[in-house]
Amino acid sequence: MVNKWLSRCYLAIMFLFLYAPIAVLIVFSFNESKSSGKWTGFSLHWYEELLQDSQMQTALFYTIIVATLATAISTVVGTFTSIGIFKLTKKTKAFVLNVNYLPVISPDIVLAVALMMLFKTLKMKFGFTTMLLAHIMFCIPYVVLSVLPRLYAMNPNLAEAAMDLGATPMQAIRKVVIPEILPGIMAGALMAFTMSIDDFVISYFTAGNGVTNLSIEVYSMAKRGIRPTVNALATIMVSFILVSVLISNNLSIKKKREV
Amino acid sequence: MTKTPLIEIKNLTKEYDGDIILKGIDLTIHEDEFVTLLGPSGCGKTTLLRIIGGFDTPTSGEVVFKGKDLIQIPSYKREINTVFQKYALFPHLNVFDNIAFGLRMKKVPESEITERVNRMLKMIKLTDFANRRIDSLSGGQQQRIAIARALVNRPKVLLLDEPLGALDLKLRQDMQYELKEIQREMGITFIFVTHDQEEALTMSDTIVVLNDGLIQQIGTPVDIYNEPRNRFVANFIGESNIVDAVMIEDYKVKFEGHVFECVDRGYNPNEAVEVVIRPEDLQIVDKEKGAFTGVVDSVIFKGVHYEIIVMVEGREYIVHSTQSAEVGSVVGMIVAPADIHVMEVGI
Amino acid sequence: MHESTKRLSYPYIVWISIIIIIPMLLIFLYSLIDPSDGNPMAFRLTIDNYVKFFSPIYISTLARSLWIAVWSTLACLLLGYPLAWVIAQCHPKKQSSLLLLFIMPMWINMLLRTYAWISILGKNGILNNILEFFHLAPVDIMYTDFAIILGMVYNFLPFMVLPIHTAIAKVDKNLIDAARDLGANNRQVFSKVVFPLTLPGIITGVIMVFLPAVSTFVIPQLLGGGQFMMIGNLIEKQFLLTGNWYFGSALSMILMIFILLSIWLMKRFDSDGQAGGALPW
Repeated sequence: MVNKWLSRCYLAIMFLFLYAPIAVLIVFSFNESKSSGKWTGFSLHWYEELLQDSQMQTALFYTIIVATLATAISTVVGTFTSIGIFKLTKKTKAFVLNVNYLPVISPDIVLAVALMMLFKTLKMKFGFTTMLLAHIMFCIPYVVLSVLPRLYAMNPNLAEAAMDLGATPMQAIRKVVIPEILPGIMAGALMAFTMSIDDFVISYFTAGNGVTNLSIEVYSMAKRGIRPTVNALATIMVSFILVSVLISNNLSIKKKREV
Repeated sequence: MTKTPLIEIKNLTKEYDGDIILKGIDLTIHEDEFVTLLGPSGCGKTTLLRIIGGFDTPTSGEVVFKGKDLIQIPSYKREINTVFQKYALFPHLNVFDNIAFGLRMKKVPESEITERVNRMLKMIKLTDFANRRIDSLSGGQQQRIAIARALVNRPKVLLLDEPLGALDLKLRQDMQYELKEIQREMGITFIFVTHDQEEALTMSDTIVVLNDGLIQQIGTPVDIYNEPRNRFVANFIGESNIVDAVMIEDYKVKFEGHVFECVDRGYNPNEAVEVVIRPEDLQIVDKEKGAFTGVVDSVIFKGVHYEIIVMVEGREYIVHSTQSAEVGSVVGMIVAPADIHVMEVGI
Repeated sequence: MHESTKRLSYPYIVWISIIIIIPMLLIFLYSLIDPSDGNPMAFRLTIDNYVKFFSPIYISTLARSLWIAVWSTLACLLLGYPLAWVIAQCHPKKQSSLLLLFIMPMWINMLLRTYAWISILGKNGILNNILEFFHLAPVDIMYTDFAIILGMVYNFLPFMVLPIHTAIAKVDKNLIDAARDLGANNRQVFSKVVFPLTLPGIITGVIMVFLPAVSTFVIPQLLGGGQFMMIGNLIEKQFLLTGNWYFGSALSMILMIFILLSIWLMKRFDSDGQAGGALPW
């Protein structure tokens, strides 16, 4: 019993640690003054300002659009690639997997400068495209890494059974293999989205002047002092995340009940 | 052989998540006894074993071990060891270290550990495997290591939770024999859990038949097989024909329109009873010589015997016979008085 | 699946060649170019960029990065293991919610979350306001090594908890019962069975925390006030401030070598533990 109480306490302290900064962001988005250390009174001032702040809105737009596109593209490409890798010969497979692993283990800063050098060498114009390409580059490996184990765990006769019953290889993949590995695909997509939306370093080096995202905006702001409009934006994001998590939780509970 | 009680279980119950798994178990287990807990899955046999091993605590009741309350003693201080269902060998340790685990916990000197483990390895015929990894071994080898790992601690009681379930038939039969041998040599009480009646009959001194959280019958294999106390036991232990009957008086029972002599007594006159007849105890004879007659419905060759189904007014009788019969022919059947087992209805 | 499905991976092989292999080769190439030439088309190969690194300021920067990364990783491990353990003991349904709660902060911008710590730890920050309220002396944590390590632990703790939790959840409950059955008490069950079995998870966690910790330049920039240079800051400066790509590439190569080396070391440690042999207890 003492043990249980102790572990609950520990859990509570750790979650306090994780959520304290977020709570601070939220509380001070309603602060009257610009200070983010001293409470001076309630106001929705910063939310009004956020509505006027076109630069912040553009940054948010780019963050979301890049994360969505990068996730969608890497999930599709990563899934089919994994199915392909699964059938490669041992040597080629080892090579592809090792290279695929590089973006996962390389520091962001190294990936960032490497991509910057590539885009400069290819004389590409820095902007939305380069940033998106960079995000796809580091997202696909996560999809592959979470889909492949599912493929290995799958009964190898499943696809053969489908073809035996008259499905073409492509149909077998679509109708049998993909439904079977779906949990891995979803996990990979979630991972890719998380990585993309949280990325700063690689975006910073590959976005160029015209395009910013939230991270870049915050970073450049940090040097001059952050305006509480960002807090307001963070609060909106937190509420959005909370709502979507609650909805998806309810949906999955409902689904389970129906089953 | 004088029997000293070793474990006494008194009115043991276990409730889990609102389900009552054990509904009051009373059982005495003696020294040097090979006891089998037999029953279908979900009957509570594994739970009973886990309580004795100390992995579960009962809701109420007592377990007394050598005169002491066992429930208060944590599992790691009990003189009882377990062979787990899927062996539960430590994958990060090699064969030697797995077997040595318990001795190291007791801080036995390393030289003695080496000696005792090697002796065990010799006993299970895996001397050359001491440094092998667990996952490089076959199921049968893992099984022996699990047994050695428990026995090396010289427990008073060895608990075995369906230890042979994952092995193929031939290996299982070999291991049954070996286990019995080990038990006899080492003089340890074995409590063996299984759902396989044949296994239970082959190995045990005492069989405890469990169903639905209750003990159905306790007895020697011969008792359990020949004198099942109720329909459940009769059905669970081997194939049997169970017939509604009337006890006319002591030693006389009537079924299929015929009064049979039997060896049972103590029932009320004209009490409704059930009669158990094992398939091998029914004999097929010419229809004139039979106590009652029926039509042969099917004949299947089973190797040692034929399994013959005879229909008697819509009721099915299974007969095991070394001689075949013609399908569709009318045959008579007889049964010896000692092979008619009368039991009460609906226990 | 048919053999021919392997063709599905061909486009990706082309893609990784262009976007992963070539850039890595570019770094390698640039690290060997003499910066004084100016014209990368008429370059001269040299190891000067590497030699330059072996001067006290740069060596101490690397040493400092390693030092801070090691402490952060250690702190994550010490905090994260019990946490993963506590979560793994909960009811399965509760476990997935707890893990979700763990990942959720990562969906809110990392810079914002890190920046929020300035509001908490700063001179006139929330922590000092609370201390003042209780008439306690204010603390000055901001812009210290401690602040950097705290920021790293805060950001990277989930990377430690998740793999360890997976490893703990995978431990067969029967093995724990078996160890108890063989006479192991709680402490021994942990040290002789649970810990060795969760070692792969620990190693993954350590790698996942150590990698970003050794190379990040954002956290020292924000919480260290930019006055504490780590190797990440040094690389950033070469590319965005001084424009010395050649030295920056050499620094990147050195960082990569360090990381590959540490992964290799950790993995070796892991396979040693798995290989068995008579373990010294």
